Amino acid sequence: MLGYSLKRLASAIPTLFFLITVAFFLIRIAPGGPFDSERALPAEIEANLAAKYHLDEPLVVQYARYLWQIARFDLGPSFHYLDWTINDLIAQGAPVSFTLGLLALILALLIGVPIGAWAALRQNRPTDYAVMSTAMIGISVPNFVMAPLLILLFAITLGWLPAGGWAFEPSRMVLPVITLALPMIAYIARITRGSMIEVLHSSFIRTARAKGMPERDVLIHHALKPALLPVISYLGPAAAAILTGSVVVERIFTIPGIGSYFVQGALNRDYTLVMGVVILYGVLIIAFNFLVDLLYAWLDPRIRYDEGSA
Amino acid sequence: MLLLAACGGESDGEAGVTRAPILPQPVEFVADAEGRPPPEALAETQVIHRGNGEEPQTLDPHLAEGVPSSTILRDLFEGLTTTAPDGRVIPGTAEHWDISRDGRVYTFYLDPQARWSNGEPLTAEDFVWSWRRVVDPATGASYSRMLAPVENAEAILAGELEPDALGVSALSETTFQVTLASPTPYFLGLLTHPTTFPVHRPALEAHGSAHVRPGHLVSNGAYMLVDWQVRSRIELARNPHYRQADQVLIERVFYYPFEDENTELNRFRAGDLHWTYQVPNSQFGWLEENMAEALMVAPWFGNYFFTYNLQRPPFQDNLALRQALSLAVDREILTERVTRFGEIPTFQLVPPGLPDYEPVVPEVAEWTQAEREAEARRLYAEAGYSEDEPLEVELRYNSSENHRRLAVAVSAMWKQVLGVRTRLINEEFRVFLQNRAQRRVTEVFRAGWIGDYQDAFTFLELFHSEHGRNDAGYANPTYDRLLEQVSAERIPALRRNLMREAERMLLADQVILPVYIYVSKRLVDPRLQGWQENVMDQHLTRHMYLLRERTDEVVEPVVESGSEAGSP
Repeated sequence: MLGYSLKRLASAIPTLFFLITVAFFLIRIAPGGPFDSERALPAEIEANLAAKYHLDEPLVVQYARYLWQIARFDLGPSFHYLDWTINDLIAQGAPVSFTLGLLALILALLIGVPIGAWAALRQNRPTDYAVMSTAMIGISVPNFVMAPLLILLFAITLGWLPAGGWAFEPSRMVLPVITLALPMIAYIARITRGSMIEVLHSSFIRTARAKGMPERDVLIHHALKPALLPVISYLGPAAAAILTGSVVVERIFTIPGIGSYFVQGALNRDYTLVMGVVILYGVLIIAFNFLVDLLYAWLDPRIRYDEGSA
Repeated sequence: MLLLAACGGESDGEAGVTRAPILPQPVEFVADAEGRPPPEALAETQVIHRGNGEEPQTLDPHLAEGVPSSTILRDLFEGLTTTAPDGRVIPGTAEHWDISRDGRVYTFYLDPQARWSNGEPLTAEDFVWSWRRVVDPATGASYSRMLAPVENAEAILAGELEPDALGVSALSETTFQVTLASPTPYFLGLLTHPTTFPVHRPALEAHGSAHVRPGHLVSNGAYMLVDWQVRSRIELARNPHYRQADQVLIERVFYYPFEDENTELNRFRAGDLHWTYQVPNSQFGWLEENMAEALMVAPWFGNYFFTYNLQRPPFQDNLALRQALSLAVDREILTERVTRFGEIPTFQLVPPGLPDYEPVVPEVAEWTQAEREAEARRLYAEAGYSEDEPLEVELRYNSSENHRRLAVAVSAMWKQVLGVRTRLINEEFRVFLQNRAQRRVTEVFRAGWIGDYQDAFTFLELFHSEHGRNDAGYANPTYDRLLEQVSAERIPALRRNLMREAERMLLADQVILPVYIYVSKRLVDPRLQGWQENVMDQHLTRHMYLLRERTDEVVEPVVESGSEAGSP
């Protein structure tokens, strides 16, 4: 397991390097520069700004400089938010996005798995249809529709919750977390249901029942664990999707996470900000997939990653 | 001073039933001689929450650009002059000033009470150092051209002279003198712009670019920085060392950045904001009907127009064609049906509302639209186009739903009146800026300008052949000469005439196709007072105050004598 882990970590380095290289050159070839604005700058000032941020150097030199910089964990200064470095911005925004994403993920699991399992146990009955139809709505209604609806109902009409803004306090988190979690609850419920139905029809469940094991034990100890495997494998991409997909939710609820940094950074040609977010997401996606693989191995005894094993 | 009694809330007409008003209503009061309310009319907590557009790029007044930054900086810092609630230029850090007979030397006498937020006195030397910093190309100040009228500023900006050569000096601790290259009647107005504000040298030298962070920023305005959570909020508190601190009523002000207008509207409706930066265009009808008392729409010092590329066919040397396209556009329909926010249809360049400038209104503005269209057809034919050989043109605009709708409407009008075939090209902002500036691919494109200072020159100078934003490529030596005369002229009436002549020439040459004068549009809590509409749309928090909410007495159901409340 340790050998496998180290190998996986080592293989992440060329992946990241490839990602950084492609992103670096792609953003640089976009027309327009970070200091273009409605006001024309005097030529001397433009030249000084270019020199200050090394934009007057050949692209390859800039690239080498950037690699050396990130090797020292310095993501550079922001070209747009002049008072902040990218490290500052990510340090401020990432905890917010992570909190939001993690809470949404936990909520999705806490609700999605039980209702999925419940629907599976009542397969093709009204409960099953009701749960699955609701899940379909959850999947099909996009965040930008759901969020204003929730705000209108709970913030403006009922006045129970704030309409937006962010602080690490429960009342401000409720609506954005629910908005972000809803489609995922639906996905997880559907995956759990499908997988649970398949497991419930397996021979080892039949054997357990034939041996007279109580139904509750059959479900919890034998059926649920293998039924969760597809859910677990979904969690890696889901966690990444939650972080990258929070742009809309962060925008509508005015949450200062990193969700919209990528879009804003690209629009402002804030090269270092775009790169910083790309690197962060790259690292996170690799890390999540790695964690999911480990979790998978722990849950399914048939899977072993150590050399020599099947 | 009289505090009038509070009235009941809105009633829906049924006896005994009250309904809460949509917005909290302020108490009524009679103001004192200075226009201030009696203390008992004020809300107990003088804290306001203002929506403020996008996140400020920086809080360094010399590097900042954009309205959101400027709004906060006008609270944090104060220049030699400042603005009254109605937008008039009034003394700021400078108590008074002398202007030499030739209009070139300004001597400012600083208010001896002027202090930095750390209690240190503000000196003339602070201004000398700050202004030299602005014009130093190494600083990279995007609005450094604001100080271009100062002697040697142009040469310093061009890297030909050292910043020390700037025409500024400290005659004493509190006397600051500026020598201008030529008389600039709008100079005092320029000094309300953040680029001309002083920056605290020791803080900058100690913290470098982090000098604007909370805990580091030393400012000289009515407020000081308490907290800055990027893309969340900026919190300011009353500066106890401000020269007129005892007149500042709002204790704390929170600024919130918004990337989405609907989000800002929701926050206002939920009672989280006292002031919005803007309102969604699509919601105007609803707002007018439901929140009319909070909706504030006022003319703004900006013009929305289209520009022709004069250095490429088909508009190069084709005055008749440019005229035809301009006359075929029905501005009334555009503002009534497309923009719909009370924007003012226009045929002129300089927006109205300046105290000493009457913009040039071309004769066509007096015509009916039918007359304009008939003339447009004649000119179109004169330019060599017809139904069989129509003009094929590209209309370029940057990504925005409003720009798109306006471009679609204009192209439809051209099609209907003249038979022009228009190809609409939508470009991402930076790509658009680059294409506009290079003048290689553009034909007709969207443009707009919000004046930087209260003078017609801020619009006219855009079309000087060497101006960096002359994207039309207009190069008329007579026009350039006129602008140079304007810069040198110190007699206001003569200068005004020269500017009018320049504007007339620009409009006659059909360099632009003016569409409408911008309006500022926002929601303001009716309890927030002390501000006034002004054409520059500058609203300093220090003039504002929050009134107490009217405490509505619940009207009890009328009880018949002899029966008990609640009995059937």
